Amino acid sequence: MKQQVGWLGVIWVLAVIAAPVDAQLRIEISKGVDRPVPIAVVPFGWQAPTTAPFDIAGLINQDLVSSGRFAPLEQRDLVSRPTTLAEVEFGDWRLLDVDLLVIGRLTQTDQDRFTINFQLLDILRGQPLLSFRLESSGGGLRRAAHQISDMIFEQLTGIRGVFGTRIAYVSVEREGEVMRHRLVVADADGYNARIVFDSPEPIMSPAWSPDGRKLAYVSFEGQRSAVIVQTLRSGAQQTVSSRAGINGAPAFSPDGRKLALTLSRDEGNLDIYVLSLANQVLTRLTTSPAIDTEAAWSPDGQEIYFTSDRSGGPQIYRVGANGGTRPRRVTFEGSYNARPRVSPSGEELAVVFNDRGNYRIAVVDLTTSVTRILTDGRLDESPSYAPNGATLIYATRNRGEGVLSAVSTDGRIKQRIASLAGEVREPVWAPFRPF
Amino acid sequence: MNIRYGLILVALIQLAACGGDSWTRTPPKALESAPTAEAVPGGTTTPAEEVGSPELIREGPEQTSLSRLVIYFEFDQSDIRSEFNEMLAAHGRYLADNPDTRLRLEGHADERGSREYNIGLGERRAQAVRRVLLLQGAASGQLSTVSFGEERPAAFSSDEESWALNRRVELVYR
Repeated sequence: MKQQVGWLGVIWVLAVIAAPVDAQLRIEISKGVDRPVPIAVVPFGWQAPTTAPFDIAGLINQDLVSSGRFAPLEQRDLVSRPTTLAEVEFGDWRLLDVDLLVIGRLTQTDQDRFTINFQLLDILRGQPLLSFRLESSGGGLRRAAHQISDMIFEQLTGIRGVFGTRIAYVSVEREGEVMRHRLVVADADGYNARIVFDSPEPIMSPAWSPDGRKLAYVSFEGQRSAVIVQTLRSGAQQTVSSRAGINGAPAFSPDGRKLALTLSRDEGNLDIYVLSLANQVLTRLTTSPAIDTEAAWSPDGQEIYFTSDRSGGPQIYRVGANGGTRPRRVTFEGSYNARPRVSPSGEELAVVFNDRGNYRIAVVDLTTSVTRILTDGRLDESPSYAPNGATLIYATRNRGEGVLSAVSTDGRIKQRIASLAGEVREPVWAPFRPF
Repeated sequence: MNIRYGLILVALIQLAACGGDSWTRTPPKALESAPTAEAVPGGTTTPAEEVGSPELIREGPEQTSLSRLVIYFEFDQSDIRSEFNEMLAAHGRYLADNPDTRLRLEGHADERGSREYNIGLGERRAQAVRRVLLLQGAASGQLSTVSFGEERPAAFSSDEESWALNRRVELVYR
C-alpha cells in the first residue's frame, strides 16, 4: 500500500490517439419556447460549377432549430434565394410573416481557403443587423457556420451562443462480460465525436480545464482510482493523484492552476482537498467524518461548493478555497441535494435533487435559497452548465439506457440528445473557446 | 448474468465436491497462490472422477460462511445487518489464521443519486466491513478497500431488486 504514495509523482503516458467514433449524438427538441421566432435562412451562394463543399445555411438552420427558440422556414417556402443584400426584395418577404432573413455566399479563394460573407437582415426595417466576412479552411467550414449561428443567436437573444462549443461525456458499451468505457469529446451538436481515453475499467467525473485544452477525470486502471489530467491535443496523460483510498471528483480552479478533489487517504474518510498543480502542494479543506465530495469552484475562485452528508443526508455546503474556514450549509430544501455546479454568473447552483423519490435536476438560487426543479426524470444526474449559463446538459435514462438531455435554465426548452450506440453519461460542457 | 455470481456458484460446487472436514484440516494453500480475484477460501478442488459415486456431504457452518463473499446493505446505509455477522466472523478468523492472505473489500452503491457521492457510500460500506474484520482478528495490513460506487453494478435493471443486489461489499481474496 505504501508504494502507492510514491506514485504521486508525475507520470506521463501517451493516451489512445484521439479516434473518431461512430457513436455520434443527435439533438432533438422535445419542448421549445411557446412562440419561437420565425426566421428564413437562404442557402448560401456558391460560384464554382461543383457543389458547395459545405451546406452552411443547412447547419445554421439546424443550430437555430436545436436551440428551441427559432422556427426557421422550410426551404420550399422560401420565396426567393438572394445571396446579396441587393438581391433581396423585402416586400416579398414581408408577406411571409417572417421578420428575419439570413443570406450569404461562400467563395473559394485558394486551394484550401474559403471566404464566407453573411448578413442577418431585419425584414421589417429592410436593414442589416449583422454583416460579416469569415475566412476559413475547408475543414473549418463547419466551425465557421457554428460561429455564424452564435453571432445570429447573440444578436437576437442577447445570450452568447454555444453552438461552437464542445462537450465531453463518458460512453459505456457492454461487449459480453467486458464493459468498454470511453471518454469522448464532441462538438456541442454531437458531431466530430472523438474518443480521448478508452478503458475496460470505469471512467468518471470528467472536468474541463478553463482553457478547454485539458480534461481531468477519474480512472480505475489497476482496480484503484486515480485522478488523471489529459492534454487533448497531444493525448498526454498525467497522473496527478493516485493516493491510497479514493481519488475522485476533480474540478479545475477558474485560473487553471489548482485542482479541487476528493481524497479518502488511509483512514477511508472522504474530504475535499485542493491540489496546486505546479508544486503538488495539497491543502485540506474539510475534516468532517462525513462524506465530503463533489467540489465545484465559485467563478471568482474564492469558494468551493461541495456535497456533504454531515447533517444526515447529502446537502450542499460552501467553504473558503484557501482552507481554514468552517463550511456553511447552503441547501435546506429537500432530503437530497448533491453534486453542485455553480452557474457562470455565480448566482445559482445546479444540483441533483430528490423529488419525492425521483432524482431530478434542480437549480438553487444562492440569494433567495429558492429551489426550482427543472427536469421530470426518475434518475437524472450530472448537470453541467453551458458556458453561457442558459442551458444545462445532464444525464437521464430512457427505456433503461443512459442518455443525455438538456434543459434551459428557465425550464422552457428541453432537448433530447440521442446516442446512436451505447450508453452515455456524465456530460460536461466545455468553456468558450478562446478566439 | 454477472460473472462474479457465476464464479461464486462454481466455487460453491467445488466446495460441495471436496468434502467438509478435509477443508478445516488442510490449510487452503490454493488461496494464497490463486491468481484470480474471485478465489474462494477452501476452494481446493478434487477432480470429480476421484470423488467417485455420488455422496451426500454435509457442509460445516464455518465453510458456508467463508464461501459467502458478498455483504448487502440497506438504501443509503452502511450498517452491517446481523445476518452477516457469522460470515464476517468466519472471514476474520480465517484472516487471523492466515496472516499472509490479503483481502480487498470492494464497496458498491446502487445507481440512484450522484456518482461521486455513491463512491463515498461504497467506501463507507467497505470501511464498515473492514472494521468488523479487524475486530474479528484480521490485521490492517491484510485489508485494502476500493469503492466503485455505482460504476460496476451486479444487476442492471432500475428497480428495487437490482438496487438491493448492487448495494454491496464484495470480498476479493488475492
